[in-house]
Amino acid sequence: MATLRELSHREDRLEGGHRLCAGCGASIAVRQILLGAGTEPVIAGCATGCLEVSTTIYPYSSWKVPFIHNAFENSAATISGVESAFKGLQRAGKIPADKKVKFVAFGGDGGTYDIGLQSLSGAMERGHDMVYVCYDNGAYMNTGIQRSSATPKGAWATTAEVGKAQQGKRERRKDLTSIIAAHGIPYVAQGSISHWKDLTAKAEKAFAVDGPAFLNVLATCPRGWRSAYNKSIEHAKLGVQTGYWPLFEVEYGEWKLSTPSKALVKNGLKPIEEFLKPQGRFRHLLKPENAELLAEVKADVDAYWEYLLKRCGE
Amino acid sequence: MAEQKTLATTGNSVVAEAFRQCAPDVVAAYPITPQTTIVEEFAKIVAQGRVHTEYVCVESEHSAMSACIGASAAGARVMTATASQGLALMWEELYIASGMRLPIVMANANRALSAPINIHCDHSDIMGARDAGWIVLFAETAQEAYDNTLMAIPIAEDSEVLLPVMTCLDGFITTHSVDRVQVMDDETVTSFVGEYTPENALLDIENPVSHGNFAGLGGPYFEFKRSQREAIDASKAVVERVGAAFSKLSGRPFGLIETDMMDDAELAIVVIGSTAGNVRHVAKQLRAEGVKAGVVKIRCFRPFPATELAAALRGVKAVAVLDRSESFGAEGGPLYLETRSALYDAEHRPPVVNYVYGLGGSDVKLELIRSVYTDLSDIATGTTAPAGMQYLGAR
Repeated sequence: MATLRELSHREDRLEGGHRLCAGCGASIAVRQILLGAGTEPVIAGCATGCLEVSTTIYPYSSWKVPFIHNAFENSAATISGVESAFKGLQRAGKIPADKKVKFVAFGGDGGTYDIGLQSLSGAMERGHDMVYVCYDNGAYMNTGIQRSSATPKGAWATTAEVGKAQQGKRERRKDLTSIIAAHGIPYVAQGSISHWKDLTAKAEKAFAVDGPAFLNVLATCPRGWRSAYNKSIEHAKLGVQTGYWPLFEVEYGEWKLSTPSKALVKNGLKPIEEFLKPQGRFRHLLKPENAELLAEVKADVDAYWEYLLKRCGE
Repeated sequence: MAEQKTLATTGNSVVAEAFRQCAPDVVAAYPITPQTTIVEEFAKIVAQGRVHTEYVCVESEHSAMSACIGASAAGARVMTATASQGLALMWEELYIASGMRLPIVMANANRALSAPINIHCDHSDIMGARDAGWIVLFAETAQEAYDNTLMAIPIAEDSEVLLPVMTCLDGFITTHSVDRVQVMDDETVTSFVGEYTPENALLDIENPVSHGNFAGLGGPYFEFKRSQREAIDASKAVVERVGAAFSKLSGRPFGLIETDMMDDAELAIVVIGSTAGNVRHVAKQLRAEGVKAGVVKIRCFRPFPATELAAALRGVKAVAVLDRSESFGAEGGPLYLETRSALYDAEHRPPVVNYVYGLGGSDVKLELIRSVYTDLSDIATGTTAPAGMQYLGAR
């Protein structure tokens, strides 16, 4: 695992000057993950979304590695094609047999949990030597904060409104990480932009395995979370500390709680309200009249935490 | 002329053989009737270790074209095949493939679109995608399906073109019927299709480029579209040039259109695909009866050979266009609209009528074709007025 000193000497492969918002978690996730890729060549792809439109405004590009954007739902299929080209060209003798290239596809939760799930599942099942990274900010932020299947229950979104008849999103979020783990691929992990050491180490592992790897990364969106742009890291950290976003990995089928979350087993989780309070999207949830809904949200977080502890043998 | 071997084979089988000979680096495909035997035959070739191709069995046609786009942008020679609903599912990606100027070659086994579901031949699949920026070649026979597949590679990969090419063959009629096909040896094909030297490949790691950038918010989207228009216009000469080279090699003629008995024809039928054979057969019978019947077959639908078609129809007294697809709400089928438009600037515009026929594999009997020529004769002599669009043979 690379030390902070080593990481600080690596080239940043996503150049500044892009048009992402101040405090955006997406570019932080990308930079940490590409740092974790080490010094080997990387080819990156990205689904349509904030990350794509803000980093590739023609004729500019923030990507210092070869990059491809195709469409919204097919970042995984597209990179699987790039990886296949590498194999085919190697077999044709047009690329040296000992040449190593890493392949990574990025997508937001909309492009991954929802519209891109089939493409992702297909690519993982086919065993391409690629890493898929979902930066999960919990809604379709690029198009204006519409709910996705990653949006937490009770959160406000522009298609899950708050009013007399409804208090934000009615449904629980989808546990995508477990779904991808069920593909039996070599490496699956959940990380957060708030825990750089954990995340870069996970990226390093993901790139090192032979075959597909999947990283689900909590990435703050100050616009969508209705939160202070200069507190993005803190807010993501609260996601981990309250058990909303546990950090864990599934390495060749073995589930393991990661150190920052493991510490919480002993020291206890922070109350979920600490994660909810700084975010405007949960404001209604903390009102006395929504106590019942809040209790449901809490129960869901507790249940997931228990489920994970069991899977991780804690 | 190159040595050729004569095989008794199906359209799909010989398309798979053409794929092998073109030596694609990547084939990403999803099975669908009636394309299925192309991907099955190719899977056998892969299993036998006769190609270096990375064969990707994706989970949908959308992912098939998505993976093809990734692979092509990476710098690989890429081929695939689909049909009907599969082509429809790819729709979004068809535009991206052409917009990103990727020389992907795809066989399409023409089949009707749902609903109601139907597995048989018509051209509604490709006609729904006719404006997607692909070069579109049509085969009448298994032989032409083979020939078009080989020609598609140097057309697509020409540096003046860099556009995807779709080679269409009629579902079941051409894909599954056993036909007599002459195939070339591997060396001849290898040298004819040439080696692909990609530009701006993702796998050119030392020279990183970004593909698929955002060109909105006042960006040059409009200008990119114009360059695409220029490329497909320029492709016409390339299609002709490659066709001429292939003719020399194979001894089989290839033009954007193919004319039969048109020199002194008075009554002409314009047609695409396997039905051209039926029409030619009837026209020959009519010639024996003293009727001046002729046939124009369109082999290249995009870019559309409007000038060539207008020239072929010069002097005819009446024209019937056979469309194996609908363009609901339009004046007639897609080929009819193109033909009428091609004739608009002609000095003497003949009456043009339209017959939508054979939808969902409905039988195209010879007497139906004969009835079209009879109608044309009545129109030419002024016995009846042109009736616009009609359904031919619907019960």
